[in-house]
Amino acid sequence: MKEDIRFLAGNYDIVVIGAGHAGCEAALAAARMGKKTLILTMSLDAIAMMACNPNIGGTGKGHLVREIDALGGEMALITDASMIQFKMLNTSKGPAVHSLRAQADKRQYHVNMKQVIENENNLDLKQAEAIRIDVDGGKVKGVLTRTGGYYKTDAIIICTGTYLKGRIYIGEVNYEGGPSGLFPANALSQSLKDNGIQLKRFKTGTPARVHRDSIHLEKMELQEGDSDIVPFSFMTESVNIDQVPCYLTYTNESTHDIIRQNLSRSPMYAGHMESVGPRYCPSIEDKVVRFFDKTKHQIFVEPEGRDTKEMYIQGFSTTLPEEVQLLMYQSVEGLEDCQIMRPAYAIEYDCIDPTQLRRTLEIKTIENLYFAGQVNGSSGYEEAAGQGLIAGINAVLKLNGREQIVLDRSEAYIGVLIDDLVTKGTDEPYRMMTSRAEYRLVLRQDNADLRLTEKGYDAGLVREDRMGKFLSKKDQLEKEILRLKGTIITPKPEINVYLMELDSVPLKSAITLYELLRRPELNYKRLTNLDVNRPDLDKNIITQIETQIKYEGYIAKQFKQIEQFKKLENKKIPENLDYNDIKGLRLEARQKLSKILPDSLGQASRISGVSPADINVLMIYMEQKKRMKESDE
Amino acid sequence: MNIGTIAAAATSPGIAGIGIVRVSGNKSLEIVTNIFKSKNGKSLAELAYRKMYYGWIIDPENEKVIDEVLVVYMKAPDTYTREDIVEINCHGGIISVEKILRLLLDQGARLAERGEFTKRAFLNGRIDLTQAEAVMDLVSAKTKNSFELSLHQLEGRLSREIETIRQNLMDLIAQIEVNIDFPEYDEEEMTMDDILSISREIAQKIEKLVQSSETGIIYKEGLKTLILGKPNVGKSSLMNYLLNENRAIVTEIPGTTRDTIEEFVNLAGVPLKIIDTAGIRNTEDIVEKIGVQKALEKIEEADLILMVFDASKELEVEDLMIIDHIKGKNVFYLLNKTDLKEMISFDRLEYVKKELIRISIMNNEGLEEIEKKVRKEFLSGKLNIDNDTIVSNIRHKNLLVKAKQSIYDVIASVENGLTLECVEVDIMDTLAYLGEITGASVKEDLMDKIFSEFCIGK
Repeated sequence: MKEDIRFLAGNYDIVVIGAGHAGCEAALAAARMGKKTLILTMSLDAIAMMACNPNIGGTGKGHLVREIDALGGEMALITDASMIQFKMLNTSKGPAVHSLRAQADKRQYHVNMKQVIENENNLDLKQAEAIRIDVDGGKVKGVLTRTGGYYKTDAIIICTGTYLKGRIYIGEVNYEGGPSGLFPANALSQSLKDNGIQLKRFKTGTPARVHRDSIHLEKMELQEGDSDIVPFSFMTESVNIDQVPCYLTYTNESTHDIIRQNLSRSPMYAGHMESVGPRYCPSIEDKVVRFFDKTKHQIFVEPEGRDTKEMYIQGFSTTLPEEVQLLMYQSVEGLEDCQIMRPAYAIEYDCIDPTQLRRTLEIKTIENLYFAGQVNGSSGYEEAAGQGLIAGINAVLKLNGREQIVLDRSEAYIGVLIDDLVTKGTDEPYRMMTSRAEYRLVLRQDNADLRLTEKGYDAGLVREDRMGKFLSKKDQLEKEILRLKGTIITPKPEINVYLMELDSVPLKSAITLYELLRRPELNYKRLTNLDVNRPDLDKNIITQIETQIKYEGYIAKQFKQIEQFKKLENKKIPENLDYNDIKGLRLEARQKLSKILPDSLGQASRISGVSPADINVLMIYMEQKKRMKESDE
Repeated sequence: MNIGTIAAAATSPGIAGIGIVRVSGNKSLEIVTNIFKSKNGKSLAELAYRKMYYGWIIDPENEKVIDEVLVVYMKAPDTYTREDIVEINCHGGIISVEKILRLLLDQGARLAERGEFTKRAFLNGRIDLTQAEAVMDLVSAKTKNSFELSLHQLEGRLSREIETIRQNLMDLIAQIEVNIDFPEYDEEEMTMDDILSISREIAQKIEKLVQSSETGIIYKEGLKTLILGKPNVGKSSLMNYLLNENRAIVTEIPGTTRDTIEEFVNLAGVPLKIIDTAGIRNTEDIVEKIGVQKALEKIEEADLILMVFDASKELEVEDLMIIDHIKGKNVFYLLNKTDLKEMISFDRLEYVKKELIRISIMNNEGLEEIEKKVRKEFLSGKLNIDNDTIVSNIRHKNLLVKAKQSIYDVIASVENGLTLECVEVDIMDTLAYLGEITGASVKEDLMDKIFSEFCIGK
């Protein structure tokens, strides 16, 4: 190391490597919590770059953004400031699975985030490639850059996305490269390996970008946004924008024929790529091969921003050669004359095996070294941001000697995400889905603030203005629920007539407003005439109340399950436990437990290969130890 | 993990004079109080603890007496597990114990895992470290075998049947999850009508399995068989024939206070539990002896009735009376004493005549016909024991009952207009209960299914 250091570039509490969605959240959290923070990026023009699809949110992902917001993160605010279209997904289903999704102006998103970072006290932003981490005595010491600059630091957060040893594949052509035409980071991987960190190789892909003027948009289905825009952030009062539409078209048999004829030219099908890609994000050739009986596939055409003519062709990612891409794109209705501006490509990159991490996102083997985002085997901007935020908060808490934040599976989607990654690992880039959460009815996007604001405040990231606004909302909510429970409606004739007008059964005896609201055909608004003394409440408080009432039985059921879940979750396992000492554990369980080092019996029970009986053995052993200790004292 | 009130048989399932069922946990007093009626009329909660009381275990659903018992309540912490414990001393053998156990589970107890009483004893500080080591061995021994157990303990057919139901549910859930997680894709939307019809089908299948558990438990406990006939037709000879040589599985289990003697015989591979043999032994007419009402109860209870006629005598009122009482039951009509001059005639009883099995117990003739008929009726006939999937394990039955409840919740939720994600919760529960029987986990399977069967993603 010494011989490579050309100059001492500075002293920091925390250095964040990478300024993508994870890096930005990590750095902002660290700086805002009072640490002198440096964020390094390969290119200042690629800060918070949306390298793939031009949207934020979606099912599960929208939930993540709301949670990031509640904890004091930045993503929701930037999204509100950069969106060009808004949609609430799943409105035909219940509120637990309503999901916010925005089309974002990519350039605007980048500019907005860059400005926030530039304006943050305590935070320095530098363009430099980190090539080595300096570890001494199992503890983080510094970071070396390509130009020989050495930054001394107490903690490092690695958020390298898909840059590590990035390799681009387009048909028979492949070369070293980062995302979206940027350079790859070729050196850092070796430094991680030298420090005993296990790497794996993942891949992901993105479709081509096509010039808007070359598309016959009039031949496609128009996809407009909702007239009513719900902001992502609790702090945003409203979003007032002219929305931009998206478009929908379909592939056809001739597209599929072109793909089949050229399959051997796809590096994946030709066997030149051995890395694992995500199943939920298949290339078009994958779709055609695996779902051969489908005669057409959806293609969404989405603007990349207001000031650009680049259009993102969702559903059409591919590793076929550039000239084949043009052929197959042009076989689609509306794209007959299309002109490709950037070809589709697949990128292969190094990531770490996330089971090396604790649930705090610190790696088990090196003190004060944290990892967040795609480098942990996840996929998606929101997943990255969620991890970045937690890593940033925890690095600070650790340096301050405070207890770090571990959100569990009953508290947040972020908890589910991190727990899945570090406990089970992943064989493909991990995407959040609501079906991964056990307690979906409790983990709603509409109550993310109620679930997490106080945690963010306790950690020191949520500021007084947000906390004040939150407490006032919470207070109004609680008061209103009490009022509804205390307001009795009697079966007077005029009331029953009114109920019958609403297709609701007339009352036989007195009932509270709260109980009345349980009826599926009624809602808060429809009862206005029966409830003249109601306070003037914010729309989202009303939604909140309705959701709570309508779901009550199911929520109660989930709370009961959560109670059971917490019992094991709260049984903490000391990290220095030697599993080889434990008689009765099966070999497989012993190996898995020694590798994962679960922090609680709950986490241990989720490791694949650890059976309920192993957990029993473990529990008895821990109790035994505890007693021995007590009798010693 | 130390959750809930647990119950298990404390005595081994073999043949014994008494059986003990033990209940431990904070609800044990409450649970047993619900099903115990003491002789002095006081409820168990009102009685002194650490004293043994005489009384009856009553099924609270229908007030039926299950068994007469001695019950003792031991108050925490001075008990084996350091929790409240109730012990029920009942009649030995498996029947009484299992019945009581089932009642306890209905009342909210959970079947104890192997070693769980001891485990609780340890966790609650009752036993020391060396003893705890033994517990760990016990628990881990279970681990080593658990895989094998799940394979062998289950009837292959049962796990196949449950697997089919699970697959149906899995298809349903995967579709729902795709609809929820990928709403913008043109995958088919699962309608509430679809969910309703699939759930109903599944409910039916589960219902059938639950019913079969009754049959299965009959199979395990024996077909309750009643031998009927007027005096002196050869009932006791038949009994003796059935009991001879290797057929007897269990000879007497005399109840301590009852005069009923139960006999188990293995006939053509079907276990028969011959009930109310006392009357038969004395060759007294059961109708006369215990009165019509009692006799009817016995008939009601029986799975199989062997009705014996005397070929050498004409049909009498008594015969007709019995025939009348056993209408609609599973009856084998046996015409005995066919070695003598035949006087009997069934002219007005065509259906009996058609079914008659002619035997002579004296000359050992025709008896193999009974075996044949048993085989025909019970191994491939009406009850179809061999072809239907049979649940003969209480744990499995309980999980099936829970699964059934959950799938009915699904149906109710759909009918009440609840949304997809609520309905899904109950489907998930159903799946989880079935998974507990076969040991399959839901999450991973589901992800695989979603990705392998639906074309989604950018």
